[in-house]
Amino acid sequence: MHALPAAPPPAPRRQLMVGTSLACAAGATLMGGMFALYLRFREATLAVPESEWKPAASKVPEVATNIMLISFAVIFVMVQWSVYAARRGHKSYVALSLGLTALFSVAIINGQVFTYTQMRLPIRTGTYETMFYAITGTFIALMIIGMIFTLVVAFRHLGGRSGDREIVTAHAIYWYFMGAVYTALWLFIYVAK
Amino acid sequence: MTTIDPHVAGAGATAVTGERTGDRRGVLTSVADWITSTDHKKIGRLFVGTSLLVLLAVAAIGALLGAERIDATSDFIDAGALPQLFSAYRVLLTFGVVVPLGLGLAISVVPLQLGARSLAFPRLALAGFWGWLVGAVLVIVSFVANGGPGGGDSNMVDLFLAAHVLVIVGLVAAAGALATSILTTRAPGMNMRRVPLFSWSALVYAIGLVLALPVLAGTLVLLYVDHHYARTTFGGNTGLGGWLGYAFTQPATVLYAVPVFGLLLETVATATRKRLPLRGIGLVGIGLVGTAFLAGVAQVDASLPQNLLDMSFTNAVQDIVPYLLLNGLPLLGAVVVLLVFLLAAAGRPRVLAPMVFSFFGAGMVLVGLLGNAVYHVGDAQLAGTVFEEGAWIYVCYGTVLAVMGGVAYWGPKLWGRVIPDLKVLPLALLGVFATILASLPYYVAGFADQPANATQFDYSGPQNLWNILATVGHGLMLVTVLAFIGLAVTSFRKGEFAGDDPWDGQTLEWATSSPAPFANFAEVHTVASAEPLLDLKPSRTEGIA
Repeated sequence: MHALPAAPPPAPRRQLMVGTSLACAAGATLMGGMFALYLRFREATLAVPESEWKPAASKVPEVATNIMLISFAVIFVMVQWSVYAARRGHKSYVALSLGLTALFSVAIINGQVFTYTQMRLPIRTGTYETMFYAITGTFIALMIIGMIFTLVVAFRHLGGRSGDREIVTAHAIYWYFMGAVYTALWLFIYVAK
Repeated sequence: MTTIDPHVAGAGATAVTGERTGDRRGVLTSVADWITSTDHKKIGRLFVGTSLLVLLAVAAIGALLGAERIDATSDFIDAGALPQLFSAYRVLLTFGVVVPLGLGLAISVVPLQLGARSLAFPRLALAGFWGWLVGAVLVIVSFVANGGPGGGDSNMVDLFLAAHVLVIVGLVAAAGALATSILTTRAPGMNMRRVPLFSWSALVYAIGLVLALPVLAGTLVLLYVDHHYARTTFGGNTGLGGWLGYAFTQPATVLYAVPVFGLLLETVATATRKRLPLRGIGLVGIGLVGTAFLAGVAQVDASLPQNLLDMSFTNAVQDIVPYLLLNGLPLLGAVVVLLVFLLAAAGRPRVLAPMVFSFFGAGMVLVGLLGNAVYHVGDAQLAGTVFEEGAWIYVCYGTVLAVMGGVAYWGPKLWGRVIPDLKVLPLALLGVFATILASLPYYVAGFADQPANATQFDYSGPQNLWNILATVGHGLMLVTVLAFIGLAVTSFRKGEFAGDDPWDGQTLEWATSSPAPFANFAEVHTVASAEPLLDLKPSRTEGIA
């Protein structure tokens, strides 16, 4: 065996943050690919005169979708607050901010379900419906992953591993990514229709 | 309560061989150890071993499809099953063999090369393996039960789509763990310029997979929802191939061959016993090959239109730029890497079997890349012909050959025993011969307008000869892989013990014992160059710094 000089144990290199960033990059290409196909079909449909993309009878509940967007803005503040509080060792504030993050994420899912009930789109009828449910369904799956992430961070942090601040930062990165995803979804599907 | 220590080595578990119950417990413990281990060396070997077994089935399918195309009267495959067989051949060779092979080899070896004690997120990588395996089995089940693209059973088509998502999730999870390892667990002193060449290629490969495969997953989700509910958008079961095909054809598949080029430079540096000249250029070349991920992300293949020279300059540029970006850059990267290899090989390297394997593998991938570049030139009029299949087989079988070289190279570190060079070298020759036979005839048949994915066409030329040769090629590949598996199993069980540094290597994995222990290194090493072990061998450091 070769005798290389021993080194002190290497400092942590933000493994969770790097891993979360890669996961967000994967999620971005996942959603980006779906949006690209959505826009491609939308463009092709609208190129035909007098054709409609979204069924006219179905109305987007814009109040709900806008509130979902605002909820993400609140989540941004909450997750950044949790990072701030974790750095300063304010355990109770970390708990509060994570709890509020979970609450608003539930509100967003609730808003999405409300949107489904208001739009009354039958899934079996056409291209718009297929893509609408596939994209928003994937968004909900990503939201659920985010909520699980929030729970894991809360259990770890409140369970005594309060020195583990990296996971709180990684958690914040994930929610920023989710905000970007919803902003694109809001723009392409609920605003541009 | 029985506690199974996942860190117990197989040898330790068989220490109770005297008693029957002890035998049973030893086997159970060993099996439990393998399927639950977070040791990256085991996870990687699970990927590699399973992929090689899938390859046996895929080579048999390739031979069957080649035989079916020998003459128009051949009908030993049911006509209704042919589209699915063509699809199964593509899907399984790509996502059942080539992608997990490269990933498995990298997961086995890269943490050792980095001087790390473990893989980042090993449980994620293990979950990735099981996700991939379960998904792959379900994909096979769906094909067998009349599913897959073009399948007649709609439930099985749905199963194919859902299982394929699982395959991708598994592969992306493993690739994410691998990329995170390279970015975060390097030994002190190992900056990115000092990362071993194979690890660099693994990083390019893993990031490419993390970015490209989710796009395919998104498409699969859309296809699933459409196929399961509406069938109004993507053409139902017969339209699936058109929407998914980009992921199984060139240039997207070139990404899956990136580790081949890292392996080539790694082995030639070891063979010359010198620092690799133009190492930085080699890193750039590998990175250029990795730009193939763009084709996967954009879901396109860019072709030059016919009569390009008659077009206006602006229109021509609009076609030439994407063509060069998607087809030219990876080809340029491969050429750069091979030039660096040739420059290094001018220093009269030792002939090591792994280097021969990886050289043949990289050569085959390069021929595939050249074929891809030609295929996308409109004036060649090859679109829709079997030419593309030839290029794809070159890339896939070339990657398989190189990974077999990788197994021979790092096998001593993983199992503690060596595969004799003299026994494995003929397999490299047989493998390259098989690859050429399985793919070159399709190049020729493509120019003779033999259509892709068809068994009934105009046999006015010597197509039967080309298809006979391709069939023989697939058969020979089957023999090569079988012989390699047999030789590897025999050698790694009963072969000659390897020393800690059997190849006189340059990188950190050769600084630990063979086989490497669970945590790889007793101490974390400090490195001061890209070839840390060469720094300890002063008589051989006269090479280019």
